Amino acid sequence: MKKPETFNLLFIALGGVILLFLFAPLVGMIFKTPLNDLFSTAKEQEVQKSIILTLLVSFCTTLIFAIAAIPLSYLLARKKFTGKKLIMGLISLPIVIPHSAAGIAILGFISRDTIIGKIGASLGLNFVGSSFGIGLAMAFVSLPFLINAAVDGFLSVPVRLEKAAFNLGANSFKTFFSISLPLAWRSILSGLILMFARGMSEFGAVVIVAYHPMITPVMIYERFSAFGLKYARPVAVIFILISLLVFIVFRVFSNKSKIIKIRP
Amino acid sequence: MLELKNINLSLGEFKLTRINLKILSGEYFALLGMSGAGKSLILEMIAGMIKPDSGHVFLNEEEITNKKIQNRNVGIIFQEAALFPNKTVKENLAFPFNKKKIAKKKIEQRVLEIAQLTDVNNLLDRMPETLSGGEKQRVAIGRILALNPQVILLDEPLSSLDAGKKNDFTALLRKINRQGITMVHVTHDYHEAVSLANRIAVIHNGQIEQTGTPKEIFHRPNSKFIADLSGIKNFYTAEIVDENTALLENVVKITLPKMEDKERGFVSFKMHDVVISLNKMQSSICNQFEGKVIDIVKLTQNIEIVVDANIKIMASITYQSFENMNLEIGKTVWIGFKATAVQFISKTVD
Repeated sequence: MKKPETFNLLFIALGGVILLFLFAPLVGMIFKTPLNDLFSTAKEQEVQKSIILTLLVSFCTTLIFAIAAIPLSYLLARKKFTGKKLIMGLISLPIVIPHSAAGIAILGFISRDTIIGKIGASLGLNFVGSSFGIGLAMAFVSLPFLINAAVDGFLSVPVRLEKAAFNLGANSFKTFFSISLPLAWRSILSGLILMFARGMSEFGAVVIVAYHPMITPVMIYERFSAFGLKYARPVAVIFILISLLVFIVFRVFSNKSKIIKIRP
Repeated sequence: MLELKNINLSLGEFKLTRINLKILSGEYFALLGMSGAGKSLILEMIAGMIKPDSGHVFLNEEEITNKKIQNRNVGIIFQEAALFPNKTVKENLAFPFNKKKIAKKKIEQRVLEIAQLTDVNNLLDRMPETLSGGEKQRVAIGRILALNPQVILLDEPLSSLDAGKKNDFTALLRKINRQGITMVHVTHDYHEAVSLANRIAVIHNGQIEQTGTPKEIFHRPNSKFIADLSGIKNFYTAEIVDENTALLENVVKITLPKMEDKERGFVSFKMHDVVISLNKMQSSICNQFEGKVIDIVKLTQNIEIVVDANIKIMASITYQSFENMNLEIGKTVWIGFKATAVQFISKTVD
């Protein structure tokens, strides 16, 4: 029998440690949660509402912000301008700053005594302590994932194809919607899924902007701090399973989207 | 007529300088130069993808320098065809029609006509990634024809095709040119330029070095660069010493046809005009030099011999002559060429 290479053995061992680190806590939590607790928690209206709210707000936020984030990504991928590197750096800033700090920044931006807060109030919208506030907090921390993926997507589309479209009489809108966007779509879709996933798992920023209505990460924290690990665990397990399911569905959907081979 | 007047453009360290070109309507014009010479930039400027820093572009006496790319009536074919990978061949061909308000049936009919002309009618439902290089270029040219352009710009369209496909595609290009469409063809291959173009402009380092018919360019090259490009390998700096003598590379004196003025310039003569012998020839050949064979390049039909006679002189001989003379590297030979085979070029560009 062929002797396995030391190189392969070492890398498999190191990789195994990482996989164990990632999966063991999750699997342990699932096995430590009795089925009865899971079912009874799942039946709680408060839990159901919270999960639906979390998924729905994250989904809508992703779609609404994508309308402006995708054009921004296109500009960043295609145009040369002073300060572009700075803007790219700023876009990734929410990934590196503490999310509680991000929450404070957003709160300072949308609270009732700010211009935005006043405009919202005049329209009957209260950002703080509402779904809107939750959406804004989720968007703030998750937008970099969409923008960075979309920029990469647009960069992978050869400029020459866009030039060819212009030369064939297409204006900028037609070129964008019929060439650039479809060819970058796979990356954009991947970014949309990441933004959605990141948004629904957000706790730090949301808890500062809107404790209520309660999204599931806040509910898990509340149950843990008020009643302890045993009481928080079923909600956490249910949310992880649902998140996993949604994530898998989206991934399958995105994998089914047509792969277009782009050659410059 | 397509005219470029005093075009200047700087892109980083590269510069296009004083580009002046007049391309007649219906002409097949080639822009010949090595890669990085600025050929493609000129095409993109004519198409409106880049604006010059100064100068003017005219099409049929209308200035189009600042005209929108979409309204120039000039089509461009890129080296890699630039078909839209997310669209079928049929959708690619129909792309230019979509902005115009034309009935779907008419579009379909026109697409079929173009597909017939470019011989891609059996590929209409295929995606570009499944096509060969030649098929892609046919679709690309069909897509441009849908624009009904006055001028078609071709950026190295044959470079990605194999020999057989090149012949088919050049036949198609000629066919389209015969319909009265002006063609501007960019290439680095002088065979390609000579075989297709009515006139050629040679570009080097962002400057037009020479414009003329293929015969003018390759029989009377006005720079070493053009001579090298055309394969004339015996090309030397020269100074006319007296009316019948020139000093080559400041080393060797040769006899040449009578010259009236003392000038500096270049001398060229073709490899086929050079004779090699083992002894000095008793003949009318007045330029004879003794030298040593320093290189032998065996080609399919002939052999190129490089002789060091204080200057390197190249001759082209048959395999039979090569064997008869038992030539080998280091062997001493006599090399000769007639004065009438020598061409003196007084204009110095390099």
